[in-house]
Amino acid sequence: MTNEFAIITHALSKSYGKNSAVRELDLSVKLNRITAFLGRNGAGKSTTIKMLLGMIRPTCGSGAVLGGEITDTAASRNIRRRVAYVGEDKPLYAYMTVGQIVRFAKSFYPDWRSDTEKKLLYEYELPVERKVKTLSKGMRTKLALLLAFARRPDLLILDEPSEGLDPVGIEHLLRSLVTQASDGVSIFFSSHQIAEVERVADHVCILEKGRLLVDQSLDELRRSYRRIDLVFDSSIPENEFRFSNVQRIETRGRHMSVFVQSNADTVVERARRLNALSVDVSPVALRDIFLETVREEPERALV
Amino acid sequence: MGMFLKPAPDAGQPLYLQLMQQIRHAAETGALLDGDQLPSIRALADELVVSPNTIVKAYSELAHEGLLDLRHGAGAFVCVKRRTRSLADRVQASRRHIRVLIEQLREEGLFDEEIRRAFDAEMACTAETVRRR
Repeated sequence: MTNEFAIITHALSKSYGKNSAVRELDLSVKLNRITAFLGRNGAGKSTTIKMLLGMIRPTCGSGAVLGGEITDTAASRNIRRRVAYVGEDKPLYAYMTVGQIVRFAKSFYPDWRSDTEKKLLYEYELPVERKVKTLSKGMRTKLALLLAFARRPDLLILDEPSEGLDPVGIEHLLRSLVTQASDGVSIFFSSHQIAEVERVADHVCILEKGRLLVDQSLDELRRSYRRIDLVFDSSIPENEFRFSNVQRIETRGRHMSVFVQSNADTVVERARRLNALSVDVSPVALRDIFLETVREEPERALV
Repeated sequence: MGMFLKPAPDAGQPLYLQLMQQIRHAAETGALLDGDQLPSIRALADELVVSPNTIVKAYSELAHEGLLDLRHGAGAFVCVKRRTRSLADRVQASRRHIRVLIEQLREEGLFDEEIRRAFDAEMACTAETVRRR
């Protein structure tokens, strides 16, 4: 089991007083995959990531990264050697120049990829002579990414890696992620850039209020989520379409939009039987799947 | 620039399927010939900026269909057998059928956009039904 997964957690939870940041999270992230970790601000993504890296202790539950228990001190040290992490706070030595910090980092890692280092210094247009403290936010992000990518880790954990990057920077980042994946690096990253995630991720996890609501391959999501727009000659009760695969129904008079998580044909067949004047089936972009997923939650909580 | 387009992430179809269609189409039209070598997984993933797993899946599915020959360590080679050519003929024939149908629908007063939407709806519907079996 453990050698199939880069990350695995069982009922992993973290609360601060009465507030639970992460609730009984069962996460399994496969090796050799690009996995995106989505969620609104405050959903518990960073807390989860920090628990995985041994930076904060879970309140209860357990987890393993690359086979090492996250709460075991020795194992956690080993994890941090094999995992490269870029988070919101980038602890870079402000007084060093870009060139110095690269040479400094290099001295710690025997597997350091000089080719990656040179390629990214050029691609990210990082000024080697400049001091870290004079770099813009985007530049610091790029530098932190370069240091992570050149280490040749087994697992990359990135918390909002595209934060502060311009569109060109984001494109370079995506390209680097793909190259890393080709080198056999497993990638787990959180992001709000859903359109970008949609291009490169193999698998998507959506966290909302500390709970995992979606844990699926992007191929399955693309294949199964559909929006079906229906027009009838008179208004039709929504009850006709309350199947288990239906996530939400929107009715405006004789027009009805039905969002399904799978099997759009059940809805299409029913609509035909009800003599729908028009039936349009269209795919749903990841952004809308995300919005639908996080929208549903408060209603569910009220029940 | 390479010969393949970046797949559309929001097209409601897995990226590997879109890539398979592009490769199949290239083989049917003769843009790819028997024995041609496809880019390596790494090169194509970099070029299209998609996960390498997408390329792996497309190549291995096509190898399963017999359109590609995956030679270990050497790469992926196009293998246009008679079946592919007869497929190309069938595709040509099907286009003739579709042309006749479209003309007929136009004569019945439908606009192109309406025909296209009807086509999409039927395709989506039958594809879902077939998949469920």
